[in-house]
Amino acid sequence: MKSTLPAETPAAARIRIAHEPLERRAQMGPIATALEDQRILGFVLLTPALILILVFIAYPFVLGIWMSLTDKLVGTSGNFVGLANYTRLLDSDIFRTAAWNTLFFTFMATVFKAALGMWLALLLNRKFRLQRITRSAVLLPFIVPTVLSTLAWLWMFDATFSVFNWTMRYLWQMEIVLFGMVLKENWGFFSGPLWLGDPGWAMFSVILVNVWRGLPFFAITFLAGLQTIPQELYDAADIDGATGWRKFWHVTLPMIKPVAIVVVVFSVVITFADFQLVYILTRGGPNNETHLLATLAYQLGMTSGNIGQGAAVALFMLPILASVIVFQLWYLRRQGVR
Amino acid sequence: MGSLVGETYLKRLTVFYIPLFMFVFAMLFPFFWMFITSIKPDPELYNPRLSPFLVRDPTLRHWNTLFSDTLFVNWAINTLWVAIASTAISLFAGVLAGYALARLIFPGSTVMGIAIFVTYLVPPTLLFIPLTGVISWMGLQDTTWSLIFTYPTFLVPFCTWLLMGYFQTIPKELEECARIDGATRIQAMVWIILPLAVPGILSAGIFAFTLSWNEFLYALVFIHSPENKTIPVGVTSELIKGDVFFWGALMAGALLGSVPVAVVYSFFVEYYVSGMTGAVKG
Repeated sequence: MKSTLPAETPAAARIRIAHEPLERRAQMGPIATALEDQRILGFVLLTPALILILVFIAYPFVLGIWMSLTDKLVGTSGNFVGLANYTRLLDSDIFRTAAWNTLFFTFMATVFKAALGMWLALLLNRKFRLQRITRSAVLLPFIVPTVLSTLAWLWMFDATFSVFNWTMRYLWQMEIVLFGMVLKENWGFFSGPLWLGDPGWAMFSVILVNVWRGLPFFAITFLAGLQTIPQELYDAADIDGATGWRKFWHVTLPMIKPVAIVVVVFSVVITFADFQLVYILTRGGPNNETHLLATLAYQLGMTSGNIGQGAAVALFMLPILASVIVFQLWYLRRQGVR
Repeated sequence: MGSLVGETYLKRLTVFYIPLFMFVFAMLFPFFWMFITSIKPDPELYNPRLSPFLVRDPTLRHWNTLFSDTLFVNWAINTLWVAIASTAISLFAGVLAGYALARLIFPGSTVMGIAIFVTYLVPPTLLFIPLTGVISWMGLQDTTWSLIFTYPTFLVPFCTWLLMGYFQTIPKELEECARIDGATRIQAMVWIILPLAVPGILSAGIFAFTLSWNEFLYALVFIHSPENKTIPVGVTSELIKGDVFFWGALMAGALLGSVPVAVVYSFFVEYYVSGMTGAVKG
């Protein structure tokens, strides 16, 4: 039987194989055919993400702008009041304090996170025993729920039972014993700062906890940047007689600048919009001195039920966030990332 | 960086070991403090004269309180359910969108890429007040569904961004070969590209899981009934009554709420770190 059929020539076989997919595709239904079109498929694949963004980001965003222009309270529909909420906020001391606090908090926390994160990254980049486990361990503050770790800080900052104050008091007493200092009145019982009860210390505490939480993020991303720097650059610097600091300024820093800028921008956005730390540590107190925009928005919009004003406070974050995002887009484009 | 040759032990100690030890100590001390507080009986806890570093009479009373007097088990189940469901939704949407943006040429793809990047940087604090309105309009207030649908607002842009970068590292030729062999675009995506992208998907998934496990603001605003709360909100709202703090139970809850993410993290450190660095590098 077999021998009666003419043998398929290699050329014919190639043509047949090349046309098989076409034939199979020709048998597809209209939907499957449509999905072969990049324009249609691209749109279909984006649909789930697009729906989520439209319903839960774009629409609330527009709604938020509308709410901020009304005197809406909980349970009422509210009347259009134009920019009254905004002008009233700009006149309010609490709002101005919150706006200033947000800028100060973001700036200080970011500077310390970047500087200490860089230091920690340089330390972690060296070879030592237990290197892997150390790298994993220092990231813990960043991965556990912020609210829960902040509760531990709240306890450590407690007015009466603060472990920091206990330690300072203990060292102070040791000093008295060791150096035979005369106990004077009011000096015998060193009390230490009232961490969360004094506006200045409260701001310091909030920044401290933010630095503690965000520092590992900086350290580990900087470390990833450090690891991409070729050793040859350091060897060349060695030949030129560069010392440690000069190598850091002229090799390390320029090389990780692209990563560093993106990390800093990212962190600024998150820090600027922070809510949890102040909510847990001070609730904006004492005397509304430590509010950030986010916590003030919560207090006005949720606790007091003044939705219009709360929405307006939140929207005051927008200009700064928008400029940061535009900078980031411009920077990424300039870098040619995409 | 730099070679260690010629570095004296003293120098290595002062510029390396001591600073590193201090960093590690500072990073881990609060966790130690959670633990020590959670096993200390109240008379020791609230006596400012005793050294807070020592536990004379360890007790499990606070842990017992946590499990018998609060709905901690409920909160844990809710948190897990919300984290898994919202991660699944976000991965599904993120994989599809990331693939489309990385591979397909269609009108509006650039605009969509920018839109997703912008939403990536929109913080929840900007939108929580109007979102509360949207959630109650949908009849979802006080249910875990409100969280399952809203967490993807920050997870989807992140997953998309991360996976878009990952898909771009997979050679186009692999897909083209599959298509020459007769695979449709969808088949090529599902059978050729997705298996190769598993490490990227895992990174995005782990990161998304920890983000939704840790979320606080939406859960605080949308959920009111104690039995529907997640761990972060439940612990802070039910164990702090006005001015009364149940510190032992609070710290037990804080520690226990942190353990699951820490465990997930410790199993997938490499994926987590590459997710984190990928998230900012794009």
